[in-house]
Amino acid sequence: MSVGSLLSAADIGMIRGERLLFREVSLSLAPGEAIVLRGPNGAGKTTLLRILAGLTQAETGTIDRNAPHHWVAHRDGLKPHETPREHLTLWARAWGQSQTDIEPLLDEMGLSRPSDVPAKHLSAGQRRRTALARLRLENRPVWLLDEPLTALDADGKTLLLDMIAAHRAEGGGMIAAIHGDAEFEIDMQVDI
Amino acid sequence: MFSWFANPHRFLMLSSWLAPLFYAAAALLIAWGLWQGLWMVPKDDYQGGDIMRVMFVHVPAAWLAMASYLGMAVMSFVWFIWRHEVADIAAKAIAPLGATWTALCLVTGAIWGKPTWGTWWQWDDARMMSVLFMFFLFLGYMALRAAMDTRQKAARAGAILAMVGALNVPLIKFSVDLFTSLHQDASVITPEGPKMAAVYLWPLLISSLGHSLLFAALVMTLMRAEIWTRRAAQIRARLMTGD
Amino acid sequence: MSPAPILSAFRQALDEAWAGGAGALLPVGFFAGAAVLVPLGVGTDPETLRAIGPGILWVSLALSSLVTLERIFQADAEDGSLDLWLQTSAPAASIAAAKTFAHWLTAGLPLALLSPLLLLMFQAQIDGALLENMLFYAIGGLAFYFWGGVGAALAATVRRGGLLISLIVLPLYVPTAIFGALAMGGGPSSVAAPLFLAASTLFALAVAPFAMGAALRLAAD
Repeated sequence: MSVGSLLSAADIGMIRGERLLFREVSLSLAPGEAIVLRGPNGAGKTTLLRILAGLTQAETGTIDRNAPHHWVAHRDGLKPHETPREHLTLWARAWGQSQTDIEPLLDEMGLSRPSDVPAKHLSAGQRRRTALARLRLENRPVWLLDEPLTALDADGKTLLLDMIAAHRAEGGGMIAAIHGDAEFEIDMQVDI
Repeated sequence: MFSWFANPHRFLMLSSWLAPLFYAAAALLIAWGLWQGLWMVPKDDYQGGDIMRVMFVHVPAAWLAMASYLGMAVMSFVWFIWRHEVADIAAKAIAPLGATWTALCLVTGAIWGKPTWGTWWQWDDARMMSVLFMFFLFLGYMALRAAMDTRQKAARAGAILAMVGALNVPLIKFSVDLFTSLHQDASVITPEGPKMAAVYLWPLLISSLGHSLLFAALVMTLMRAEIWTRRAAQIRARLMTGD
Repeated sequence: MSPAPILSAFRQALDEAWAGGAGALLPVGFFAGAAVLVPLGVGTDPETLRAIGPGILWVSLALSSLVTLERIFQADAEDGSLDLWLQTSAPAASIAAAKTFAHWLTAGLPLALLSPLLLLMFQAQIDGALLENMLFYAIGGLAFYFWGGVGAALAATVRRGGLLISLIVLPLYVPTAIFGALAMGGGPSSVAAPLFLAASTLFALAVAPFAMGAALRLAAD
């Protein structure tokens, strides 16, 4: 495993039912880097990302996680009754970051207007912004993002790209499964 | 030691001659047990007259109901800890057979109970209740496995449930025992040694051994079928993806 | 390991129960409804009702736990919060236990509190036994919810998992139902039965969280 890598995976293979999704996937994420997972629908991008996060058990291979990670997937993790403010307060507490001030964060994420609207009444873009706001509740070097750009409007995309740039500038790394154009600088592409 | 058997290929080799051997031995032993039980031994009027001869099926079935659940739980544990695929295949194969013998035990018990106690079903009887709940544990296990969308998930879910069930069996047994039992006390195995008349004991033991061998042979057959099914599915998946 | 994720999971589960709009009212309504159907079925003879009342409430309690448990982990799996809970610093078993305990507080305990009223409708006498029974329903209900939670976690990714949960957990409910009924029966075993009831609940509290944790990891896989 390379020295100073935030997260590295070697020879990951996965079988679902009897179907081989992928095999011998290896990657290593260094500080400041961005890795993009690409492949057609159903190829297993999300599964690979879940394996890297430790949610799914791989059939073969080893993973070294040398730094804590954030997880944002297409299921946003919001409860239907939860407002963006409640959601962020809850996770700040759960992660032991209860001193974090939620108000400026809501403002910067463009969520100050719907901050007290339950998630079931929010648009998909607003829910996604709330989920992405979790990335800033606590400073974690690794970001694992599944299709982070979907559902976001132009402003939202700019916001996320700025967040990614700032995160990488501070020495953070990210691994993202992305279907369309990446719109940010890529250090490595993993095709599966 | 289990690791040695855990290789599917080795299991297929071993079972290819062991299973037929078990079938043949089981046929002989069950036939002898039934012949002795149904025609040769004297009837016991205290146990309901001729109807007590159902004992030569009922007792082996009761023994297998208990043993098969234990076997399934042990196989689940082995799979959960060491992930030997053959252990999961064994647990999966035991479930429907265990449920069948458990049902056989319940049905023969009811047939024996009607003339002896005057009722098909006795809620006060601890053993009938325990076996009934054992039957439900098997059903739940099979239903859960069937509801999972991949065989890997079925194996994991099944193993968790079988282990939880096995931990609960003593508690279920104990709670059910708090009800009064109409059955006589355990009479084959006692601390002082067997006390049942030898004339019944031998056919009973031979019958039980025969049923056990039949059960083991059927488990092996189902396991062989499952291994070949999985291989066929793998080949099909490989052909479909052109890999 | 810090307790913060466990407390947060507990708090979220409480919020969720009340946010549904009805909170504890829904399970209470179901519990009472199931119980009051019985006199319509078996007749109104006061002696009969007095004899079967406590048992009917045990059955209603078991049924309400099954009905309300179906969604507790399924919703988490669907909205993605399960993924987040499994990635906190706390073990999955402790998160599952916190959620199940919160669920019992909002959906199980109110049923126990309501039990004296229903027992009076079943022609029980007003005496200390009503409060005693309330305690038994509370303790037994806790075991129902924890074993039920195992079934709910195993069936979290199964569509229409309710029937499956019922089949899975039915045998696990047996000891609690038997000890509970014996504790109230007034027979020779009614002195020891409450202790057995408490012991089987402790057993559930000790074993069920680990099974739920393993099942939730499977549900996220």
